[in-house]
Amino acid sequence: MKQLLWWQKGMVGFVFGVLAFLYLPIVVLIVFSFNDSKVTSFPLAGFTWHWYQAVFANAQMLTALKNSLIVAVCATGLTLTIGTLAALVLDRHDFPGKGLFRNAILLPLSLPGLVTGIAMLNFYKQIGIPQSLTAVVIGHATALLGVVVSQVMARLAKTDHRLLEASADLGAGPVETFFRVTLPSIRPAILGAGLLSFTLSFDEIPVTYFLTGRDITLPIYIYSTLRRGITPEINAIGSMIVLVSLLLIVLSVGLLRDRK
Amino acid sequence: MSSRPIVTLDGVTKSFGSFKALHETSFSIGEGEFVTLLGPSGCGKTTTLRLIGGFELPTTGKIGIAGQDVTHNPPYRRPVNTVFQDYALFPHMTVAENVAYGLTVRGSTVARSDIPRQVGEVLEMVGLSHMGGKRPGALSGGQKQRVAMARALIRKPRVLLLDEPLSALDVKLREVMQVELKRLHRELGITFLMVTHDQTEALALSNRIVVMEAGRIRQIGTPNDLYDRPATPYVADFIGATNLIEARYEGREAGFEVITLPGGAKLRRKASGNGFHPGSEVLIGIRPEHLSPAVGDNLVQGRVVDTLFHGDSIRLEFLPDGATQPAFAQLARGSSLSADALMPGQPIRFAVAPEDVMLFPKVAA
Repeated sequence: MKQLLWWQKGMVGFVFGVLAFLYLPIVVLIVFSFNDSKVTSFPLAGFTWHWYQAVFANAQMLTALKNSLIVAVCATGLTLTIGTLAALVLDRHDFPGKGLFRNAILLPLSLPGLVTGIAMLNFYKQIGIPQSLTAVVIGHATALLGVVVSQVMARLAKTDHRLLEASADLGAGPVETFFRVTLPSIRPAILGAGLLSFTLSFDEIPVTYFLTGRDITLPIYIYSTLRRGITPEINAIGSMIVLVSLLLIVLSVGLLRDRK
Repeated sequence: MSSRPIVTLDGVTKSFGSFKALHETSFSIGEGEFVTLLGPSGCGKTTTLRLIGGFELPTTGKIGIAGQDVTHNPPYRRPVNTVFQDYALFPHMTVAENVAYGLTVRGSTVARSDIPRQVGEVLEMVGLSHMGGKRPGALSGGQKQRVAMARALIRKPRVLLLDEPLSALDVKLREVMQVELKRLHRELGITFLMVTHDQTEALALSNRIVVMEAGRIRQIGTPNDLYDRPATPYVADFIGATNLIEARYEGREAGFEVITLPGGAKLRRKASGNGFHPGSEVLIGIRPEHLSPAVGDNLVQGRVVDTLFHGDSIRLEFLPDGATQPAFAQLARGSSLSADALMPGQPIRFAVAPEDVMLFPKVAA
């Protein structure tokens, strides 16, 4: 490796500083989840599994976690199905207003959740969808469409259209061509968009806050317990979420690499 | 055409919006022929191939394949298969899976247990027996080309469509693959329809060539027909090269047609019963290889402009007397002309046999 100049060394140091600032809080969170003390502050008191046991004994928190998972899974499934179909249509057919449609579908991503939440609450009331987890699922799925459509479309744009012609030429009808040629080629995009949607939906607060009825999701539960300060229990569930996210990322990277 | 037609186009046209890619076209291809659609890019040759493959539907007209009207059939309901220009191999499948694709589609009548044997046979036929497990990304251009052939041929198509199959290969490999294509055509007895812009390729491979320009067929014929009796100056210049010189038709004289060159010299041509009136403006065409520096009495005279060394031959550029466009002659190396005689500005003259002079109307066809 080439010898770095002093200012290059400085820049590398700066980058590491930024990374540390990003990741240290997470490390601290994990450390405190094992700390045998009710107060989240240094010095550390000793190792314990107690807070993890407390999480699994906390019925309210478990219900919230279950609700969050249900919402994230359903919203992701719904948005992937609709978004992929939309991307296929946008990629293959031309129709008046296509450009507008393509941009409009991305808008909810850039709008503050607060605005989307209030707007959806109003609208859903008008059309008779009550405040419930169902409403949250529909809300999330709609707002996340932009992620899926943009990812899948970018991938489709890179897919060679001649592959579809080759498939038809070799005797495959449109449905068979979709499952054997199109889908394998856009699978990475669908997977990536799915993971992103899942994460975004899982920790979403504003839209959920407005649309949910009595059911609360994990982020809202955590937010509401924060009034009593950061408890080690929250550190424990936080650590578990970090672990699961890491697993998901490793899994997806592995899956995507196989498709080379 | 010696055999019964397997592909027929009847009054077919194709427009993309206001652009007419193919003007009314009718022709047919006989069973077992090797036919080439030849022309520069944008001449409608690829559109014609895609219409036969079913990737485009004609604006008007009818297309028949193997006695069946397939005008409105999608590609998967036509007894033809295509070798695509950039091969279009499925990147997520192995070579064997690519080749087997056409047998594993729904509606295929081939038994699953028989597929590996057939894949093996076809791969052996194209010389890729040991490549079955590789991904297309790991293959060279020539190997991809062979996989694309194997994948199309395994369906036993009535007609194999080839879209510029060799254009992505380097010169050496292209020659190898030309021999290969000819061998496959001979051994399989399948009708081949190839699109190319390379006239050498067309001349080397085809039984018949369809010369296209600007969405129209200009001439259909055997390579010999097109080379010896081009119908228009365009065909004459596209198939091989041809020097075109503006001249005046004088009339007949003792079994010859007499033409006056712009410089005033007279040129004789073997009479062929054309409809020209004496005194009309014409174009004559002479191929560079038909101009010989030997002395004779049927002469084209001019002055040397430049010479280009081509290895086995010398290409000589000269300006015929009175002409506005330079002409070319091809001289064998070691020809009788001395180096001094080839200096720019030197007068030079070439003899041409009366049967090698081509005659065309002057209006651009």
